[in-house]
Amino acid sequence: MMRLLQIAFRNILRNRRRSLMTGSAVAAGAAAMLLFGGFAAYIFAGLETNNVQRVGHLTIFRSGYFLFGSGNPAAYGIDRYQSVIDLVRKDPVLQPMIRVVTPTQTLLGIAGNFSGEADASKTFMGVGLIPSDRERMRQWDEFGVSARYVGDARLSDQDPERGLLGVGIARILGLCAPLSLPNCAGAPRAAEVKKPVSVRQDIADLAARSIERGGDKQAMPQINLLAATAGGAPNVVVLSVRGAESQAAKELDDNYVAMHLALAQQLVYGRGEHKATGIVLQLHRSEDMPAARARLTTVLQQNNLPLEVRDFAEQVPFYTQVVALFSSIFFFIALVMGVIVLFAVVNTMTMNVMERTNEIGTIRAMGVRRASIRWQFIAEGALIGAVGASIGAVLAIAIALLINRAGLTWMPPGSAAPSPLRLEVLSHPRLILSTWLVLAVMATIAALLPAGRAARLSVVDALRHV
Amino acid sequence: MTVQLTAGAERPVVRLRAVAKNYDAGAVQVAALRGVSLEIPQNCFSMLVGPSGSGKTTLLNLIGCIDAPTEGTVEVCGEAIAAFGDNALSDFRARNIGFIFQNFSLVPVLSAYENVEYPLLLVGMAPAERRRRTLAMLDAVGLAAQARQRPNELSGGQKQRVAIARALVKQPQLVLADEPTANLDTATGASIIELMRRIQVELRTSFVFSTHDPHLMSHADETFTIRDGALVQPGLH
Repeated sequence: MMRLLQIAFRNILRNRRRSLMTGSAVAAGAAAMLLFGGFAAYIFAGLETNNVQRVGHLTIFRSGYFLFGSGNPAAYGIDRYQSVIDLVRKDPVLQPMIRVVTPTQTLLGIAGNFSGEADASKTFMGVGLIPSDRERMRQWDEFGVSARYVGDARLSDQDPERGLLGVGIARILGLCAPLSLPNCAGAPRAAEVKKPVSVRQDIADLAARSIERGGDKQAMPQINLLAATAGGAPNVVVLSVRGAESQAAKELDDNYVAMHLALAQQLVYGRGEHKATGIVLQLHRSEDMPAARARLTTVLQQNNLPLEVRDFAEQVPFYTQVVALFSSIFFFIALVMGVIVLFAVVNTMTMNVMERTNEIGTIRAMGVRRASIRWQFIAEGALIGAVGASIGAVLAIAIALLINRAGLTWMPPGSAAPSPLRLEVLSHPRLILSTWLVLAVMATIAALLPAGRAARLSVVDALRHV
Repeated sequence: MTVQLTAGAERPVVRLRAVAKNYDAGAVQVAALRGVSLEIPQNCFSMLVGPSGSGKTTLLNLIGCIDAPTEGTVEVCGEAIAAFGDNALSDFRARNIGFIFQNFSLVPVLSAYENVEYPLLLVGMAPAERRRRTLAMLDAVGLAAQARQRPNELSGGQKQRVAIARALVKQPQLVLADEPTANLDTATGASIIELMRRIQVELRTSFVFSTHDPHLMSHADETFTIRDGALVQPGLH
């Protein structure tokens, strides 16, 4: 075997220029696949990190909420959610996997800013959460792709009336100036459409009562949030807006309101039992997700709870779509590179067989079997593939390191802010190994045809060949 | 015509019976050999002579088991080669037959040592014995100092010496040489013939080589003249 490879290696060096060209094609293919694969891996890691920071790995919902609950979140609240959280936290299997367990409340309603000249309202999609849990979740960065998190004290466990808006809804509600938002122009003066006085007055009256209860929050702009309670009655709370942050999609940006869980529950459930629409679980490691989900499902079933578990990919279809898109592009690139390698190696090996026909005749006459001739050429093809793919891998790693250190930024899909451009090649040994294997195997397969032709040569004809 | 040169009761190393070989040349068939029958005894230095195109190489190919006759039977080293499959034939050649070619046909990526060692790898010889025999054979052909050199670093005479060493290193029963001096100058050719003769005597191997050079006939124990694909003259020197 060693002698076979030794001879194969020397034969490759025999026509250095040809071997160099073929090896370069393989190396270029490997580098292209690895660089794109590294880029895709970074995208996947970035998207996953972004989603896990926002919605966790897994969320427990009331059965049916995931499909029907967004139309009426209040109707799908989880009763005694704190006991479910305790159940999850105390489970010995889940315990070591879990980083954060926190309840959330989703709600729909109308947000209004009737202070001063603003006099604007907008439907909103709100989420109630526990600020300290949100902070912990935002610090999750298993893959090291997130920008360094500096902390956000705008929401507070101690002050349930604080809230954050999407920049879009803040703009619509006329809060650009009060919140000192950059790149946030105020609305142009348009023909004023008077809202029905009765509705405005109702909301204002309700809000006035809420302000009386919550104290004076004049330091920050305040908006009124109106929603129907689970019982169908209108309810209003006042939200002290502490800031606005861009959301990934404009639709979300124009509707997003984040608030303390207690405020959201007060708005949706009033004086009734406070429930939660979801219990979010963030794990230490994403690879534990299937095991955690399976265990969670078992625990819920054992306790006869009418709940279901969904992972972040189900909740954010965009993630799955992006993964599928990038995977398709990677597959296409791999296919093109594989075909290029195939033709390059077939061409080189065919020329090698032609040039060495007399030599093949000689060693066949000496007693070398057909199979050995075949293996000799296959080994040469495999060696070209292996060496080319190795060089390509080294090249890709070097380019990736250079790009990673260049400090380039880009706007990832589904992101509201530019991120550093990184190519995760070296941190994905499986990508390197699989790319190397694919190209080496393609080169080996490409050598099969010329090798077979060499093996089938008649000894006499081969010896006669000039 | 059967040419029988068997000395004593020893079994001949080569026995051909009514061998014919035809080649397709488009629509017509060309007869390269016609009804050749001969026996070559063991431990002889035999020579096939004849003009170009007379059928010398075809006959050597049949004796060397790298071609099959259209008609007739070929026995080499006591084996009827028609019964062998391709692998068996390869193994048979690896064990029993050494080849020396007109154009040397050394493997260019192997050194002189590795070229000589190559046939021993094919018969699965142990490394230590392989090394001993290779070095001994290189020494016998006077190329011990050139063992590490590649064929492109050797002269024509040196290349043919390596080819001789390669053919003989496994101590085959039969060595076939197809015009081994054709690409060498007269003096080098003569020295090569002398070398082959000397080794043939030392190793008691059967040599069959083809030539169209009448000056070389004096070296042969036996000479077969072939013309137009048929043996025309049995001869003994």
